[in-house]
Amino acid sequence: MSSYLNIDHVSITFPTDKGPLNVLDGVDIKVEQGEFISLIGHSGCGKSTVLNIVAGLLQATEGGVLLQEKEVNEPGPDRAVVFQNHSLMPWLTVYDNVRLAVDQVFKKTKTRAERDAWTRHNLELVHMSHALDRKPDEISGGMKQRVGIARALAMEPKVLLMDEPFGALDSLTRTHMQDSLMEIQARLNNTVIMITHDVDEAVLLSDRIVMMTNGPSAKVGEILHVDLERPRDRLALAEDPAYNHYRAEVVKFLHERHVQPDAPASAKADADDDESEGEQDGIRLVS
Amino acid sequence: MSSSLASRKTFNLPWVDRLLNGLSSFEFGPKLQASVKAAVVPVVAILIFLGLWSVGAKQVQTSLGQFPGPAAVWDQTKALWGEHEAARAKEAAFYERLDKRVEKAIAAGKSPERIEKIQSRQYTGPATFIDQIFTSLYTVGAGFLVASLIAIPIGIVCGMNATFYQAMNPIIQLFKPVSPLAWLPLVTMVVSAMYVSDDPMFDKSFLNSAITVTLCCLWPTIINTTVGVAGVSKDLLNVSRVLRLPFLTKTVKIVLPSAVPMIFTGLRLSLGIGWMVLIAAEMLSQNPGLGKFVWDEFQNGSSNSLARIMVAVLVIGFLGFLLDRGMLMLQRAVSWDRNAVVR
Ligand SMILES: Nc1ncnc2c1ncn2[C@@H]1O[C@H](COP(=O)(O)OP(=O)(O)OP(=O)(O)O)[C@@H](O)[C@H]1O
Ligand SMILES: [Mg+2]
Repeated sequence: MSSYLNIDHVSITFPTDKGPLNVLDGVDIKVEQGEFISLIGHSGCGKSTVLNIVAGLLQATEGGVLLQEKEVNEPGPDRAVVFQNHSLMPWLTVYDNVRLAVDQVFKKTKTRAERDAWTRHNLELVHMSHALDRKPDEISGGMKQRVGIARALAMEPKVLLMDEPFGALDSLTRTHMQDSLMEIQARLNNTVIMITHDVDEAVLLSDRIVMMTNGPSAKVGEILHVDLERPRDRLALAEDPAYNHYRAEVVKFLHERHVQPDAPASAKADADDDESEGEQDGIRLVS
Repeated sequence: MSSSLASRKTFNLPWVDRLLNGLSSFEFGPKLQASVKAAVVPVVAILIFLGLWSVGAKQVQTSLGQFPGPAAVWDQTKALWGEHEAARAKEAAFYERLDKRVEKAIAAGKSPERIEKIQSRQYTGPATFIDQIFTSLYTVGAGFLVASLIAIPIGIVCGMNATFYQAMNPIIQLFKPVSPLAWLPLVTMVVSAMYVSDDPMFDKSFLNSAITVTLCCLWPTIINTTVGVAGVSKDLLNVSRVLRLPFLTKTVKIVLPSAVPMIFTGLRLSLGIGWMVLIAAEMLSQNPGLGKFVWDEFQNGSSNSLARIMVAVLVIGFLGFLLDRGMLMLQRAVSWDRNAVVR
């Protein structure tokens, strides 16, 4: 049986000044249509690299990515990316930023009026209709990220790729954005891969959490199924034992088992050293 | 009336109350202070400069008399303007006479060729100071425009294509430090050899000056455009890759707009250098323009010459300033980078 998106034993080696650097070693993830996957792991382990390979911005050295059985080897709007730092054109208005993408993707299939309506519709979806004519400099960080998401959604991608979309936001804005994203996801049921550093965010949003081991030669350490009913409510979940169990699983992995994927959970020997490392790497245990 | 003023209440003098009231409500905010300061400081500075100039000038004796102070320069400014108006009047009179002669010739039934010959006569008075100003502006504008039209595309390609940049870089680095005046003899010879036409559209002297300006305006624009284009954010380029923007769309919609601030930095540098070089080139090669005016006055050596040269110096400075301000305004109008303090 073949999955919707198949990240098939992907390895990548970068040539560096100090010789070749093997960043990913046989990363294998299968994603079903409509699934929400989070990628979590320590900083520098290669999460962005995985995402960029799926996006086609990087080429795997070994293995490959299949989307609906077709090999991916160049970037395209069917795998839209929401970048960490929003990546909006500073000289274009909010509307024009989204419209640029809409014009390019639906050049032949939609009329001008339809493209205009589609642009407005997607900005409506992220609650940005009030600021169509503003430039990115004139809106807040959270708003910029909303526009980035609207632009990606407007491409009607088969897979939506998000690289720490809320990483740069303050925690209050981040919770708002997570709620918005869940609401959009409930309506559109996209296939999403999202990188995050935030354990709560991962558990709250995902169907599955893919935990990566530390680099170099990072691989998939563990995959956690999050069987919480949707729609999810962060307040109700805070006291839910299942939610806290999932959360604890992720935290345990990040702090105890991330070095060797097969090591038992009680391998306390090196856990103490790694704890401080985990903090430095910016894993947010409490958000 | 506010309670704070009650203590200052004066007997039988309600207008003092009103005055005090008015003064206390008047906003001596930091904004007003700043704008008064901004207006006063330059004026004071200029007054001090004029004072020092006039005192200093009196100490300097040259073979052409005393070094001109502000008063002498002002007199010569008026004199130059007067000469210009006189020349204009003469020109108008010339064409009036010409028209009359044409009418007479038509009345006398002369052949059309003859009439045309009379009509085609041009006024050929000496160029006034004002004429020279416009000649220089026109020349620098033409040279700068041609240079920009060549340099911006080269800079774009250099910035987008590493191989082309590697190819161009040694050439740019070699010619950039060359004073364009060193080119002047070559340009003059090449123009006089190549530009042979019975009905020339441009004067050769104009071409010499303009090409010299072009040669020095190329480099700052090429270099800054290259830097601007090469510095386009990698994330924005990734966006364009995800969207699969065609090359032309990518260039027009992403690369150019993000390079615009740097391109204009280059253009402003170029225009500034071009203006300085043009004056020198005009002096050196006796091409019409402000440089020739300065040189002619120097050769002329009358008692007014130094003051007239000083007028030219001030005008050159002021026009250079205006050109730069013009570019700055253009840059502000087209630049998206509002955070950058452009001065
Ligand atoms: N083009 C490249 N050339 C050489 N090394 C690279 C390149 N891109 C990434 N790397 C290396 O690959 C490793 C993984 O990088 P990546 O950006 O994927 O990490 P990450 O998990 O996304 O980290 P973070 O959480 O900090 O974003 C890093 O050690 C990085 O130095
Ligand atoms: Mg990353």
